[in-house]
Amino acid sequence: MYPFEQYHSKALCQALVDQIHLMADRPLRFMEVCGGHTMAVRKYGIPSLLPDSIMLLSGPGCPVCVTSSLFIDQAIHLAAYDRMTICTFGDLLRVQGTNGSLEKAKTEGKDIRVVLSGLDALEIARQQPEKKIVLLGIGFETTAPTTAATILTARKEKISNFFVLSAHKLMPPAMEAIISEGIPINGYICPGHVTTITGIAMYKKIVENFGIGCVVSGFEPLDLLQTILMLVRQVKANQPKVEIQYSRAVKPEGNPKAMAIIEEVFETVDEWWRGLGILKASGLKPRDSFQDFDASEVFSLPVYEISEPEACICGDILKGLKKPQDCMLYGKNCTPDNPVGACMVSSEGSCQTHYNYAGIN
Amino acid sequence: MCLSIPAKIISIEGENALVSISGMRMNASLSLLSNAKPGDFVLIHSGFAIEIIDREEAEKTLEIVRHIRPIK
Repeated sequence: MYPFEQYHSKALCQALVDQIHLMADRPLRFMEVCGGHTMAVRKYGIPSLLPDSIMLLSGPGCPVCVTSSLFIDQAIHLAAYDRMTICTFGDLLRVQGTNGSLEKAKTEGKDIRVVLSGLDALEIARQQPEKKIVLLGIGFETTAPTTAATILTARKEKISNFFVLSAHKLMPPAMEAIISEGIPINGYICPGHVTTITGIAMYKKIVENFGIGCVVSGFEPLDLLQTILMLVRQVKANQPKVEIQYSRAVKPEGNPKAMAIIEEVFETVDEWWRGLGILKASGLKPRDSFQDFDASEVFSLPVYEISEPEACICGDILKGLKKPQDCMLYGKNCTPDNPVGACMVSSEGSCQTHYNYAGIN
Repeated sequence: MCLSIPAKIISIEGENALVSISGMRMNASLSLLSNAKPGDFVLIHSGFAIEIIDREEAEKTLEIVRHIRPIK
């Protein structure tokens, strides 16, 4: 039996909380950059267990939240093609483009379907060869190999009506951009499942260039508390380093097979992130040898200007500069039922997570 | 988005596995792993198994925390 319950043990979590209180003798700010962590931190009430001197910040770790209006506009443009089906992960449906969302396009009769896996989109392509199927590829290093593997399967089976519009992104450029912008943090709570794929080598640069510790964390309360204790210890010893707390799922070398598949199918491109702007080599696009599967090559796509909803401060929230409750829209004009900004749309966005677990204050 | 759920492999056929998530059965692709076998716990993300959960490491993590001396 896999010992899940133990990661919720009150006694073990209390021992960690006590240690953190004992060790924390200075103001510290730790940032997580993973939507799963944003949710887990709130769900388990981790901030309420910590001394006032430790502040947890949410960074740009929610793929839906950092995706541009341009991507939504292009997806809606594609949906208008004849015999076109757009397949998307659910969270993206309600993100606002310049003129509405994919959800709105769906209500207007466009064929837009929610899938749980790229393989579901490929299955639709197999079943309906007369249609064109475009998968909206969003997500970080965890999701990119699943899209890449789906493209490889499509090629192997000679499926010619399956395409990907990729907005896949890479985490390290965003983590470096946060520090380069001068946002004060004392350590990174590193994304567990991204690192399952990538391994830890990519964090060495952050430690060496910026002197900021990186601990790869799991998602249970014990995982998060142990990670925070490891970061506190690093700061106290003045020894920033890369450590893995989530060793049951993360090997130092990552998943080489998944990395090789990403490398085979994708190349890096400069990509726009909400709050951070264009970051060099932070996005993934299918290589020329896979351009038959690249929706941005096969179909002609207008380049739209990137627009942001008025008064929305999602960009600053994604950098840890502002909190959801600092926004004048939060809980009033912007709620999970009627979201304005992407951070309220996604179930793992800072605003929606805060709204769901901490309310409107 | 990077949410990955632990599942137990029931059986394997080629690159596809039948897995059980808390009793619910579903199919998952093993094309991102090279050495998974029935009985292994794997992390499922977006229909793919992305890693085998190392049970020894899971126990080691708990053991480290169990050895933290309680504060009187």
